[in-house]
Amino acid sequence: MYEHDVLIIGGGLAGLRAAVEVTRAGADVAVISKVHPVRSHSNAAQGGINAPLTDRGDDWEGHAYDTIKGSDFLADQDAVEVMSSEAGEAVLELERMGVIFSRGEDGKLGTRAFGGQKVARTFFVGAITGSAILHVLFEQSLKLGLNVYEEWFVTKLIIEDGVCRGVVAIDLKTGEMHTIKAKAVIMAAGGAGRVFEPSTNALICTGDGLSLAYQAGVPLMDMEMIQYHPTTLARTGILMSEAARGEGGYLLNAAGERFMEKTAPDYMELASRDVVSRAEQTEIDEGRGIDGNVLLDLRHLGREYIEAKLGYLQEVSVEFLGIDMAEQPVPVQPGMHYIMGGIKTDVNGATNVPGLYAAGECANVSVHGANRLGANSLLDTVVFGRRSGAHAVEYIKSVGAHSKAEEDLANEKARIQALLDRPKGERVATIRNDMARGMTKGIGVFRDQASMEGALENLKNVKSRMGGFSIENKGKVFNTDLMFGLELEFMIDCAEAVVAGALTRKESRGAHFRTDITERDDENWLKHTLMYKDEEAENGVRVETSDVTITQWEPVKRVY
Amino acid sequence: MPETTPTTMHVKLKIKRFDPAEAGGKTWWQEYEVDVHPDSTVLDSLIEVREQNDGTLALRCACRASICGSCGMKVNGSAKLVCKTRVVDVAPNGEQLTIEPMGNQHVVKDLVISLDSFFSQINRVEPFLQPSFVPEQGEYTASNDSMENLLTSMNCIMCGCCVSDCTVLEVDANFIGPAALAKAWRFTEDPRDSKRDERLKNLNDEDGGMWDCTRCMKCVEVCPKGVAPMDRIMELREAAIEAGNTNTSGYRHTESFYNSVKKNGRLDETRLAIDSAGWTNIPRLLDLAPIGIAAMRKGKLPPLMPHKSEDHKKVKDLYKSVEDEA
Repeated sequence: MYEHDVLIIGGGLAGLRAAVEVTRAGADVAVISKVHPVRSHSNAAQGGINAPLTDRGDDWEGHAYDTIKGSDFLADQDAVEVMSSEAGEAVLELERMGVIFSRGEDGKLGTRAFGGQKVARTFFVGAITGSAILHVLFEQSLKLGLNVYEEWFVTKLIIEDGVCRGVVAIDLKTGEMHTIKAKAVIMAAGGAGRVFEPSTNALICTGDGLSLAYQAGVPLMDMEMIQYHPTTLARTGILMSEAARGEGGYLLNAAGERFMEKTAPDYMELASRDVVSRAEQTEIDEGRGIDGNVLLDLRHLGREYIEAKLGYLQEVSVEFLGIDMAEQPVPVQPGMHYIMGGIKTDVNGATNVPGLYAAGECANVSVHGANRLGANSLLDTVVFGRRSGAHAVEYIKSVGAHSKAEEDLANEKARIQALLDRPKGERVATIRNDMARGMTKGIGVFRDQASMEGALENLKNVKSRMGGFSIENKGKVFNTDLMFGLELEFMIDCAEAVVAGALTRKESRGAHFRTDITERDDENWLKHTLMYKDEEAENGVRVETSDVTITQWEPVKRVY
Repeated sequence: MPETTPTTMHVKLKIKRFDPAEAGGKTWWQEYEVDVHPDSTVLDSLIEVREQNDGTLALRCACRASICGSCGMKVNGSAKLVCKTRVVDVAPNGEQLTIEPMGNQHVVKDLVISLDSFFSQINRVEPFLQPSFVPEQGEYTASNDSMENLLTSMNCIMCGCCVSDCTVLEVDANFIGPAALAKAWRFTEDPRDSKRDERLKNLNDEDGGMWDCTRCMKCVEVCPKGVAPMDRIMELREAAIEAGNTNTSGYRHTESFYNSVKKNGRLDETRLAIDSAGWTNIPRLLDLAPIGIAAMRKGKLPPLMPHKSEDHKKVKDLYKSVEDEA
């Protein structure tokens, strides 16, 4: 019998930050994650974390406005105000926990420049900021004696009378299924990058949390907003941090020209990510690329500087492509990187299902709107991770005893046994690759009606094959084969919501750039798209829209 | 016909399998062959096996970019992070690759090992900042150099490669291990931490602590992130001695070694053994007796009175010049 006041799904930055908050409040909390916390994808964030520190001349409104402009005015401004005004304290607190942030001459935290912002307000640890913060939050979890269900895979949220009461999960090490009851559940399960191929995301980013919430009746918001990062390593798709450009790196085309001059003469390489990715794709499409890539050039920074500030990038470039960045530019291309859309929450992480919260990449508060600024995702995780934890603690005070029901466990056991008992059919990986390649093709840096309809057709084909895949491994212990099948089902839900959102939005905004409707349309589309799972609706998705919250910044044309 | 670059590469793998479901667990070797892109890593090849040949093969992997630490395993007998190990580097002529789970850790299934022992070692060093005060607002003041210094250890991704190939852990499961000691160093060197002396004393006094490393260099060799745990352990030892922790066999060993070479120009092994144990440590000296008798029987006992090296004066000069410089 497993019971907790608060159960957090996911052990990355949002999950661990929430756990720290709940523990401080004295409630009983546990984290459940399909991987050990230090394996979480928060590790992959390289460049830094934004925070306007008001005691050294920055102002939070400046950061808020850059974020809102970066979002192409789709972010809810009340949410951005919360994030920007709490950012400074959130980052300082991480430092006080032990994060080894880079310093200035005075021994105080130092900053680097990042995209879409004129003020250098990005705090960093070399090019391993995410990893350095994750490991420190993990240290804190050890200090607090946090209870972690390591390598447990959640298959279903338990919803009773419209209220979230816990989860059903598989202990991967034994293969046994269990109910874990909770008075509140915080979804912090990360993004859905593997819905696309290629992607910078870890193989574990399969949209589990988005799908679990979606199945429980929570809308997924603005799912069409897919971030393509401008610098992913040729062929491998490995992320090369925006810090490379923040520290002064150039982007060059085949002729050696800094092509950003044409689209963002003021911000150059440090324009918003969607802007830079489109500029690169245009160079490549118009024949000024090199084998489908442009070049990231750091040579002028010098070896010593590269190794001190961007050591991880140099390591990756040498290890994977054999290129020494001090000697040669490295080929890069836009690559799927982040999903701005996600589980719709309020500024406290609460969803429309009482007892269910969400934070981090799986959530959409919304602070990133149509395009996230670099170094705002780490900030999002700690600010809204903390708030979700704090609010969940308040919420559980009004919740009575744990639920008695056990039928979800029996149903899940039967569903999974049926999956294992299927006759030999198609391989999970074949279906997954077909889905993910179709998504990248149709919902790319550039998209139009035909490409998006192509993605929809592809998805219909893929869905029609979902009853026919089989699980080869029938064993109990560490059956990842079974887990990949269940993850594929989660990914299909996410893909469906992405395509539905994309086909709904009849304008170009941020990352959703349609070559057939190239203008932003504030009159009709200053709106969020909300996707609900609904078997009776067309393609299984009901799409609604809601207004964007504007507090003090009226939308203007976005120029970099 | 112009020569074209091959579009695929043939990879041969021999993988150590383990199925705990069989009575007592069953271990066997299984061979696979796959065709992958010529730039592929060992991990790419294993994923190809898992996805296209054999769904029962268990391994961990996540980021594919050497930052999550999931995919440590042995390739041709040595621990590696397989996501950053290119096939052409370990099998340049298409040789068969031998893949096994990491060592010194309990195997759960196939290439998946239990993380329990690794993290219980980490837990032994109180792996969290213990400052004497917390600033009411703002951050701690610290030099950038002091923070960049810690990067060496913060680069650790807890993949376990060093623990896998540690030659001490192979014979002494109580050794705290290279990863945990490198983690401890991250706190003893952090200017914000207030427990430096206690940490050093504990790691110095503890059974299985810093003095149990035999300096075999294996952890430095296999660490995929440049943490070089053994170097961190040596720094811990120096710091511990500087902090006055001299009542250990490790310290006495170091001191005896130093004095004997200084005096004789060569190592007096008999004295080294007795010095390290401590002249009044009767139980430990009794432990040594059978080893001495066995060595004597085989004619391997070092001379009881040390011979001086012919060049011992030159050695003395060397000592002098180094000490003068210091």
